Amino acid sequence: MATRLSYLDWNASAPVRPEAAAAVAAALAHGGNPSSVHRAGREAKRRLEDARQAVAALAGVRAEEVVFTSGGTEANALALGAFPGRRLIVSAIEHDSVLANAPDAARIPVTPAGVVDLAALEALLAGDDGRPTLVSLMLANNETGAIQPVAEAARLAHAQGALLHCDAIQAAGKQALDRDRLGCDLMTLSAHKLGGPPGIGVLIVRAGLDPAPLLRGGGQERGRRAGTENLPGICGFGAAARAAASGIKSFRALAGLRDAAERRLLAIAPEAVVHAAATPRLPNTLCISMPGVPAATQIMALDLAGVMVSAGSACSSGKVRRSHVLDAMAASERDTESAIRISLGWRSTEAEIDHLVEAWGTLYARTRASAA
Amino acid sequence: MTAAIARRANAAPIYLDYQATTPTDPRVVEAMLPYFTEKFGNPHSLTHAYGREAAAAVEIARNALADLIGAEPREIVFTSGATESNNMALKGAAHFHRQFGKDHLVILATEHKCVLESAHALEREGFRVTILDVERDGLVDLDRLAAALGPQTAIVSVMAAHNEIGVIQPLREIGALCRAREILFHTDAAQAVGKIAFDVNDIGADLASISGHKIYGPKGIGALYLRRRPRARITPLIDGGGQERAMRSGTLPVPLVVGLGKAADIAQAEMQGEEQRLLTLRARFLAGLKSRLPDIVLNGHAERRLPGNLNLSFPGVTAVDLIAACPALALSTGSACTAAEVEPSYVLRALGLGEALAAASLRIGIGRFTTATEIDFAVETIAAAVRRLRAGSGVGVTSAAAGTT
Repeated sequence: MATRLSYLDWNASAPVRPEAAAAVAAALAHGGNPSSVHRAGREAKRRLEDARQAVAALAGVRAEEVVFTSGGTEANALALGAFPGRRLIVSAIEHDSVLANAPDAARIPVTPAGVVDLAALEALLAGDDGRPTLVSLMLANNETGAIQPVAEAARLAHAQGALLHCDAIQAAGKQALDRDRLGCDLMTLSAHKLGGPPGIGVLIVRAGLDPAPLLRGGGQERGRRAGTENLPGICGFGAAARAAASGIKSFRALAGLRDAAERRLLAIAPEAVVHAAATPRLPNTLCISMPGVPAATQIMALDLAGVMVSAGSACSSGKVRRSHVLDAMAASERDTESAIRISLGWRSTEAEIDHLVEAWGTLYARTRASAA
Repeated sequence: MTAAIARRANAAPIYLDYQATTPTDPRVVEAMLPYFTEKFGNPHSLTHAYGREAAAAVEIARNALADLIGAEPREIVFTSGATESNNMALKGAAHFHRQFGKDHLVILATEHKCVLESAHALEREGFRVTILDVERDGLVDLDRLAAALGPQTAIVSVMAAHNEIGVIQPLREIGALCRAREILFHTDAAQAVGKIAFDVNDIGADLASISGHKIYGPKGIGALYLRRRPRARITPLIDGGGQERAMRSGTLPVPLVVGLGKAADIAQAEMQGEEQRLLTLRARFLAGLKSRLPDIVLNGHAERRLPGNLNLSFPGVTAVDLIAACPALALSTGSACTAAEVEPSYVLRALGLGEALAAASLRIGIGRFTTATEIDFAVETIAAAVRRLRAGSGVGVTSAAAGTT
């Protein structure tokens, strides 16, 4: 087996940052239920609110707008069910956690470049059947990295009296985040995608909105999300948010590594296709097809060589599924079946890119040889 | 004694609130930590080694938890905690079974807030909810329960062991009543699992809620036991990537899952011995207090209760004042849920306690790390504080200062 390991699947899950791991370990050592009135409880409450401040600062919002949840999926489920009377409109390239919690929603199509079609959104909003609407649009796509025009979508939505939810899970920590500039009313973040622990996320709720809770009970999170707070997770999220905020500039520099990888892979195989290449993308994400070679074959070969990547998003089955994102972009059958996602993080190195290029190149040469 | 209290002034308070939360066992922390750092894979990324390592760890934990409650591993659905499990069980069962004309739920008046609130939310959707009173000792009357069940009843939810008064309900009998009528039996077992013998087949439970942080595991993780034969069918609460056999979507938090599994392993190995040790400590606590304050009242059934729980009324003092007068002890009045809630417990009121006595009640929870020395210190501290408060020479803390919002 490979002794050299290169983890290039950061959009699935990022390793926990040292600052976050330390905060988690400290909180585990302290204990205390933040809702208890005794001293241990009060101290827990203080650390909870400190973490809330840190997460709020990352998104440019006020602490009281931050509702902690068990992760991005719960936060998305909470957002989409927050206003039961509203009609739902979601983009066709949303994460499963949005699509599955809005099965009857109208879908906004995307262009072949991987960006949501604003004219189509406008038409959907105008075709309103009189009911108030909630639009859900992600800030950056998890598979292609394509940045979506959330601010423009918010303006269109607000002009029609609609609200906008933004799943900012993949963008947070990778680019500066400013809720007010984006203009969204609800926003989802997840800790484990930005170097915090798994099992913790937030829904940011604009002051003045009153979302219906998904989990009812003890009245934690000011009645918006019941359940004993996952304090180690929350503290880890706070520490990761602080580290991510101060690391945005160096994260942007990952584009250099990503672009180098892209150039080198295209040099090996000029017929390879980079998805959403013409679109502003997250600096760390590369979605590329090696035409004619199924994604599962590529992933297995790369895995045997010690390079870890994925095909689209990681979810339940662990199987390689056809990407609904590439389908929505009207990519060809051949390109869709052969697309893999390479995603980098703050620990990624040039040596790992070398490793990727080498393994990918070897596989490419082998498939050409057998085809010949 | 005063000197002893003074010596403790700067020490961490003695923790006597084990039903609110338990300290994470250091062995659990040790098991979890690698999964925060070097073993960080997404367990759903089965295409590479990091993901497979994480997935394997999840299944080991699932086995451990299943073993602890006599279930099959595939009957365990990981959730974010018992609040989510309870919401999922009640709402999920109600929503699924409505299509068969079953629109009725039965719960007890003393259920946890999250069960009551879920039931009220369902009521607003048009479901019918029967909320049964309990007896003075906190136990349900089985005849009354049986009379409440009908052909339209979808689910009965009864807490296995109570978070405030510790009472253990006649679960097997309730299970039999439900099974005979093809009604789902859900039990909020957050306080029971890992503390007392709890076997889903012995009890006949169809759904059971489990919490990590009540059994020396981490916060933010729990589980819902979902019976396969006969199958307990419910509608999921959180959809998405289809994890947990599509019953609960979302990336599994591997470190927390591993922690819960480790906590289950430890409970399995140590539960019996710990139960005996806690019963001895609890008897020492109660005898010590009774000999100093003969008029205290034990709330809830004296024997059919969690080994680590006491709920006591101290006539003539308020719990708020008593807690304030014992800064060296971490005590509570009951459910920790709503921050700083100091209203008399609805649970104690349901047992028939008057407002004054209910407001004079403390929940005392002991557990794995409680020592006999701590018990003796706590007995002296509480007894001295009660005497002081009764003599009117309190420590200057009033109920007004603590607030009753």
